[in-house]
Amino acid sequence: MLILGIESSCDDTAAAVVEDGVKILSNVISSQNEFHQKYGGIVPEIASRKHVELILYVIDEALKKAGITLDDPEAIAVTYKPGLVGSLLVGLSAAKAIAYARRKPLIGVNHIEAHAYANFMEHPDLEVPHLDLTVSGGHTLLVYIKSPTEHEVLGGTLDDAVGEAYDKIAKFLNLGFPGGPIIDRLAKSGDPKAIDFPRPLLNSGDYNFSFSGLKTAVTYFVREAKAQGKEIREEDLLASFQQAAVDVLVAKLLKASEEKQVSTVTLSGGVAANSLLRKTLSEKGRELGLKVVYPSLALCTDNAAIIAGLGYHLFKKGVRSGLDLSAKANLEF
Amino acid sequence: MTGSVGLLNDRELMGEYTIGNLANHSERLMIMIDLLLKEVNLKLEELDGIAVALGPGSFTGLRIGVTTAKALAYSLKKPIVGIPTLDALAQHFPLTDRLICPILDARKQEVYSAFYRSDGHKAQRISDYQVGSIEKVLEKIQEPVVFLGNGLLLYQSHITKALGEKALFADPAHSSPRGGLIAWLGLQRLIQQDQDDPFSLVPLYVRRSDAEIFWEKR
Repeated sequence: MLILGIESSCDDTAAAVVEDGVKILSNVISSQNEFHQKYGGIVPEIASRKHVELILYVIDEALKKAGITLDDPEAIAVTYKPGLVGSLLVGLSAAKAIAYARRKPLIGVNHIEAHAYANFMEHPDLEVPHLDLTVSGGHTLLVYIKSPTEHEVLGGTLDDAVGEAYDKIAKFLNLGFPGGPIIDRLAKSGDPKAIDFPRPLLNSGDYNFSFSGLKTAVTYFVREAKAQGKEIREEDLLASFQQAAVDVLVAKLLKASEEKQVSTVTLSGGVAANSLLRKTLSEKGRELGLKVVYPSLALCTDNAAIIAGLGYHLFKKGVRSGLDLSAKANLEF
Repeated sequence: MTGSVGLLNDRELMGEYTIGNLANHSERLMIMIDLLLKEVNLKLEELDGIAVALGPGSFTGLRIGVTTAKALAYSLKKPIVGIPTLDALAQHFPLTDRLICPILDARKQEVYSAFYRSDGHKAQRISDYQVGSIEKVLEKIQEPVVFLGNGLLLYQSHITKALGEKALFADPAHSSPRGGLIAWLGLQRLIQQDQDDPFSLVPLYVRRSDAEIFWEKR
């Protein structure tokens, strides 16, 4: 069964065709990075405008690469939350119009659930229940996953998403956008113990996160050092920041795995591509006898294959969305 | 922003569904299209073309309308034509001797506007599409003029003060863009074998994003 997936929740315009929830026939992503780069972050209005420009080209290419026409998909799956509402509305409007015009079911997909689903897509034997940490430029969530379509949110960020902290620090230091891959690369040649940054909410006793304070600590440190005329090695600064962020993420995920008594933990979202996060979690997981699973790089970042993939399971479960489906900025599980 | 869907053939308006101040275009637009088609007992496949208002107006509202129209045209393989909203508004007064000036609220104490003059058949645009203060619009007017559009809700008394008897105002029924008129103007273009490319069609924003404006001023 073929599902056409459409995704436009942030700054990537994406469409994909997936068979039976796992076989990716096409996965087209048009990145807008070059349009946002000079602003040091995503500008919602520009993202929305680009989506309108790109959406049909992307959908058409996804169909052509899959070697099918609009006659073939059984249903249209589309991200409707969470994300930038102006961006979401473009993909959603296109999906509704296509579904209506071709008399196909419309299936609204939760972007976060879809990121967590990436692991099911690539690991058909993935054990449930398991714990998933979704980390990206827009989200930091710890989720207890019972099946591809059933989950319970244990905690999330109270302020900035972890990827947002990366982006903001990169912007502050004029390193470029997006900040995640740049900082990850530079931090590799730095000393993670050089600066002892705070580990926010490390011992808070719950599963919430906070990265705004850590970001501020980094910027203060740089300003203070400058005021005192001290040289700082940027690589050391970034390695120390990254270590602080990863320490908190890994500690909370492991604590939750103990409390929920799961034997598998997964990473998902754009920051799941972070090399230190992957390495640290794999090492700790090995010590504790936990299975650690994360998606390939292509499925970490925003894409529509995971939307179509999860859309298949929702379709099988009987989920159908109305033409009045609206976009939501927040998760609202 | 008005939400309006109209359906016509070359002889008559078959139906129109207009909500003066539609709160949620995303939730309502496809429902309105579906209701109208059912009401006139027509299938989407029977349409010969799709016309869509390009703006200016609420950025989000425009994107919902334009994206919906693009995707419908693409899915049905039907021609699409984009109609500037100010052009459609001006056609409410195609035969007046006066200058025609539609104004739409652009927030931030500004309006979207353009000037039109009748050629005896149709209101022809004689200026660029603009965004700016109402004063800037009024500055350029030396002759009898008719105003229309939702900008009147905010600026009618202001205009009267500045222009006195020179200014006439459309009644509320002639002040909102209407789907039926968009469809009619679209039909005129289709008859001329003139259509837009659904892939590249985008709204006519007139105003750039704040980020771009700040970037330039920095």
